[in-house]
Amino acid sequence: MATVQHAVHDAQGAYEPSLFGTYSKKVGMWLFLASDSLTFGALLFAYSYGRISNPSWPTPFGKESILNATIMTACLLSSSLTMVLAVMAANRGDKAWTRNWLLATMFFGAAFTVLHAMEWTRLIADKMTPSGNRWSSVPLFGGTFFTLTGMHMLHVTIGVIYLGVIALRKKFLPILLALWLLGWLLTPATSVFHIGIHVLLIGAIVSAVVLFLKPKDYDANDVEVSGLYWHFVDLVWMFIFPLVYLMSTKVS
Amino acid sequence: MHDVSAAHGESKATYLWVWAALLLLTAVEVVLAYKQVLAPVRMLEVLLVLSVIKAGLITMYFMHLKSEVPRMRWLLTISVSACFALMWIFFFRDADRIITLGVK
Repeated sequence: MATVQHAVHDAQGAYEPSLFGTYSKKVGMWLFLASDSLTFGALLFAYSYGRISNPSWPTPFGKESILNATIMTACLLSSSLTMVLAVMAANRGDKAWTRNWLLATMFFGAAFTVLHAMEWTRLIADKMTPSGNRWSSVPLFGGTFFTLTGMHMLHVTIGVIYLGVIALRKKFLPILLALWLLGWLLTPATSVFHIGIHVLLIGAIVSAVVLFLKPKDYDANDVEVSGLYWHFVDLVWMFIFPLVYLMSTKVS
Repeated sequence: MHDVSAAHGESKATYLWVWAALLLLTAVEVVLAYKQVLAPVRMLEVLLVLSVIKAGLITMYFMHLKSEVPRMRWLLTISVSACFALMWIFFFRDADRIITLGVK
């Protein structure tokens, strides 16, 4: 009798409505994003503290850099639009358009990363390092800039891989490996991206583990949860762009 | 499965308007910064206000936070905002003090 009562109690518990009125995967992603926002928050505050408390803080971002960063912002904002359209298509059950919009989002994300890498290359060629720069005697500028924007670039790259897995599943693995190999062979050995490109290899290994250990057809909920991550990456840039670039604009 | 479409109820036109508003706010930020019409601290405050508006649009419409149950919406908003408020109090008052005291 006691066993039967216990079984009934368990069955009721299993169907107890969610405290937050939604599925647990989405709540989990929101909690992750809340914690990740504090990571970015700390980095942003560190940069901004340095910016306003140092009268000799360098302002190296001229017209070219600001234009580049504005295009990058437009890329991310457009990627958010295509992402939300992918979620809409997934809700309709339209698999073809879900994949198309996800691929468009990945394109904008990849464009953002390439433009950002070009900006980094330009700054590094201009003798900017994490511990110094030629514009001022404030070493914190390079350290906080590279940490903050590097962290964001890593998030965008992980986001593109995440969306690739959702959109193409196992078909994405050879594409990712080909991109890694091309990137590794085409970047000069002295470039920071010659090492940084290995993020794609690590991403391919992790994606392969996920795809082979738990193969599934990703549904509308999976698309929505991946969208939350992507929009968050966009949201963070809405703070990095003004605080880092626009607050250090060079007056010509 | 959780019915996502029923919960959101936003149209494609709404998303396009939000996207256009975000682009417009970005343009305003760029013009303000490039013209450098404000002092650094005032500029920081203005840019932060605009960024918070943009973040609000993204979370409410693109991330569909406004369609979530009030318990989740308020719990997330209040907890994250409280953490940032603490960061603001500790970091910026101190950074501002350095400028006010004239430390070079």
